[in-house]
Amino acid sequence: MIGLVLRLAREVAESEQIDLPEDFDSDTRLFGDTGLLDSLGLVSLVLSVEEAIEDLTGVSVALADERAMSQTRSPFRTVRSLSEYATALSEESVAGSH
Amino acid sequence: MPDPIEPPVTLITGTSRGLGHDLARHYLGRGHRVVGCSRQPAPWSADGYRHFEVDVAEEGQVREMFSAIRKEFGRLDHLVNNAGIAAMNHALTTPNSTVDRVLRTNVGGTFACCREGAKLMRKRRFGRIVNLTTVAVPLRLEGESIYAASKAAVETLTAILAREFAPFGITVNAVGPMPIETDLIRGVPAEKIEALLARHAIPRRGEPSDVANVADFFLSERSALVTGQTLYLGGP
Repeated sequence: MIGLVLRLAREVAESEQIDLPEDFDSDTRLFGDTGLLDSLGLVSLVLSVEEAIEDLTGVSVALADERAMSQTRSPFRTVRSLSEYATALSEESVAGSH
Repeated sequence: MPDPIEPPVTLITGTSRGLGHDLARHYLGRGHRVVGCSRQPAPWSADGYRHFEVDVAEEGQVREMFSAIRKEFGRLDHLVNNAGIAAMNHALTTPNSTVDRVLRTNVGGTFACCREGAKLMRKRRFGRIVNLTTVAVPLRLEGESIYAASKAAVETLTAILAREFAPFGITVNAVGPMPIETDLIRGVPAEKIEALLARHAIPRRGEPSDVANVADFFLSERSALVTGQTLYLGGP
């Protein structure tokens, strides 16, 4: 999942014409004062991850629901945290679909 | 931007009959690939027309339809949120089950389709969304409190989504027809329709082609700066 999110974050940054830092990795902050993306970039990334999960698993997940928005430590802060959150949610959805 | 070679994909909700059916035929005639939906199977078919059995009030069904559109067509250029239900009754005899039903379809359904549609449109940085409203909103029509309130919500959605979707090249507008001869108003007494028409600058019934004319304008590539607008027909 981390590889997938890294790739999608790169794609979003490219399409938004944002320069990637040299040390871009799974711990790079995705948004906030020192984050890679602005709010629209983050929306694009979250939607791209949702779509990729649907393509891989056949199950549609909503990453940006109230739960994610209300968590004090946002699951969207880094590539790693977004990947972990997406993995947990897609496993929940796949289990729920059986 | 739209592909000059591939015909555009246009989704119209509520296409089994009435205005939705006429709009679907209109855009098929213009060479669009038209996707439609209704709660029942379509009682008609045509080359280039793809139908989904979907109740727009059911979010899961809406998501599945858009997922299928993404897989089958890979894009969406236009969305016309036509599906809607009316409730014409005095407030004192309107139960909340009617309120829930009307809001779920007219507001929830329109919102879900706008959201899922914009997800598809954003990738190509181009999209046109047209929502259907009604002259019952500006005319404050008695007997249509819940229907008109649901459409007032659609107008507000239109104005706010226009702002939220603008960075993705997507425009969102609404058209409010005067009474048109469709199933939606079939049960309304003729004298009530006449009294309603009398409150318009041009007091005659509209035709589906009058709505199509406005939809053409909103869907046009050239209308890139036209967004967040609600346009009423007949001058209510």
